Amino acid sequence: MLKEGIILCLGGQGGVTAGRILALACVKDGLYAQAIPHFGAERRGALVKNYFRLSDKPIRRHSPAKRGDFVVVFAEKILNLIDVKEILKEDGLVILNSKRGLNGLKCYYVNASEIALRLNLVSAGWPIVNTAMVGAIARVLNLSLDSVLSAVEDTFGGRLEDINKKAVEIAYGEVKSWSG
Amino acid sequence: MKTILTGNHAVAYAVKLSRVKVVSAYPITPQTTIVEKIAEMIAKGEMDAEFVNVESEHSALSVVYGSALAGLRSFTATSSHGLLYMYEMCWWVSNSRLPLVMAVVTRTIGPPWNIHTDHTDLMTLRDSGWIIAMAENAQEALDLTIQSFKISESLNLPFAVGLDAFVVSHTAEVVDVPDQETVDEFLPERKQAYRVDPNDVFAVGNIADNLETMRMRREMALDMEKAKGVIDEVGREFGEIFGRRYGLVEEYMVDDAEYIVVMTGAWSGDAKEAVDILRKRGIQIGLLKLRYIRPFPREVIERFDDRKILVVDRSFSMGHRGTLGIEVGNVVDCKNVVAGLCGVDVGFEDFKEMFERFVRGELGEVEWWI
Repeated sequence: MLKEGIILCLGGQGGVTAGRILALACVKDGLYAQAIPHFGAERRGALVKNYFRLSDKPIRRHSPAKRGDFVVVFAEKILNLIDVKEILKEDGLVILNSKRGLNGLKCYYVNASEIALRLNLVSAGWPIVNTAMVGAIARVLNLSLDSVLSAVEDTFGGRLEDINKKAVEIAYGEVKSWSG
Repeated sequence: MKTILTGNHAVAYAVKLSRVKVVSAYPITPQTTIVEKIAEMIAKGEMDAEFVNVESEHSALSVVYGSALAGLRSFTATSSHGLLYMYEMCWWVSNSRLPLVMAVVTRTIGPPWNIHTDHTDLMTLRDSGWIIAMAENAQEALDLTIQSFKISESLNLPFAVGLDAFVVSHTAEVVDVPDQETVDEFLPERKQAYRVDPNDVFAVGNIADNLETMRMRREMALDMEKAKGVIDEVGREFGEIFGRRYGLVEEYMVDDAEYIVVMTGAWSGDAKEAVDILRKRGIQIGLLKLRYIRPFPREVIERFDDRKILVVDRSFSMGHRGTLGIEVGNVVDCKNVVAGLCGVDVGFEDFKEMFERFVRGELGEVEWWI
């Protein structure tokens, strides 16, 4: 069981941290995982790709996945920058931060921006959606909520730990399948 | 304990577990997070060591040169241009026969400016008297770092642990981190026959007579040969204690292989998957991963002189062939593919196509995979 994902975010949205929290949650669930950030000349606001793998066996490959079993989109705006279908496997699914899903694709959606704003998870004017997206991804990938919350605990301390755990919990419960 | 670590943090924890006493480094991407993590552990009191901030890589290696000479277990880390900037000191360390460990996060040498992986930087150490190893993943980066102190200190030869920029250094993956007691058992405190001591003065690096100096070089060459046995022995002992066996090479499906691919570094994992795909179709192919570049596993390669061999290189010697293509070609006939230079991605799909062409006899002597 090897699943490969591509996490698309804008520089500053916390996609690298999201990948690492998810990977840690997988270990806690007894799985193997790998989070590969793709570093280049990224800066705030530019498109950043992160690759993610999970498996029940040790993962040997280290190259970036060309197409994902799932593609995560941290902001709707990203859909104008990249054709998601081109990096998605035929039966792959999309997990989107939005009020609604995408037609013509197997899609899950969660309003992560709204969750972040509700919790005042804001930095330099931007809602920080990474932990809400982690919650949504974890639900879709069937990871246990306890493992994700424990991974968030290991990643953050103090006040950040609490609100990020809330963000995970809310999104884990609110993520929905789109039937459009 | 199994957790998620980047390759760089795996190295940092290995340095802590090895009870290193002196660390000095100058930041350079993609190495920086190794020494950042070490500095953090020292600042929090989790690691009992001195971190010396310096203004350049030349000074970083000079500082650990001094601390190693004083008998302390010492560590530094660098990449690419940083390694080139400390190059003079690399030779001072090896020719002085000082045991210490340096992580080299392999990165393209510019210009044009490039932070991604390429093995050319690490390969510049080949002639210098450093033991050179290359990790395939974060677990190997941790395991090799712990072994490196034992190997380096038993031979009085410095040790470079290579790991691919970003592909290993910044990729977070599952690592089994051993506990301190077990590492202490495997790696006792450093002891050496001599050390610089203000109360017992002697000279180091003074002028020696030519013949004497040449004798020292021959001794070093002989010890480098001896290193092969030490590496396999330490790797075996590591395997007994930690359950992961190491040695000069990793052999993957080579016993009955008609075709053997030779390579080193992170992409070996993707190549193993390509080997599996071809094997399923009945093609007898295997992979020989060089975990060590120096000492060069010549005797292992000689065993395979009746097979068809392909060397896949991530470094190139201008005016000749791929660096490993030269090295392996000096022992057995081989084809040479040069790929993935300057951080170009090469995955299992590429290896599948490459190996298929190799098996069909379509590859020239030196092919650029571009």
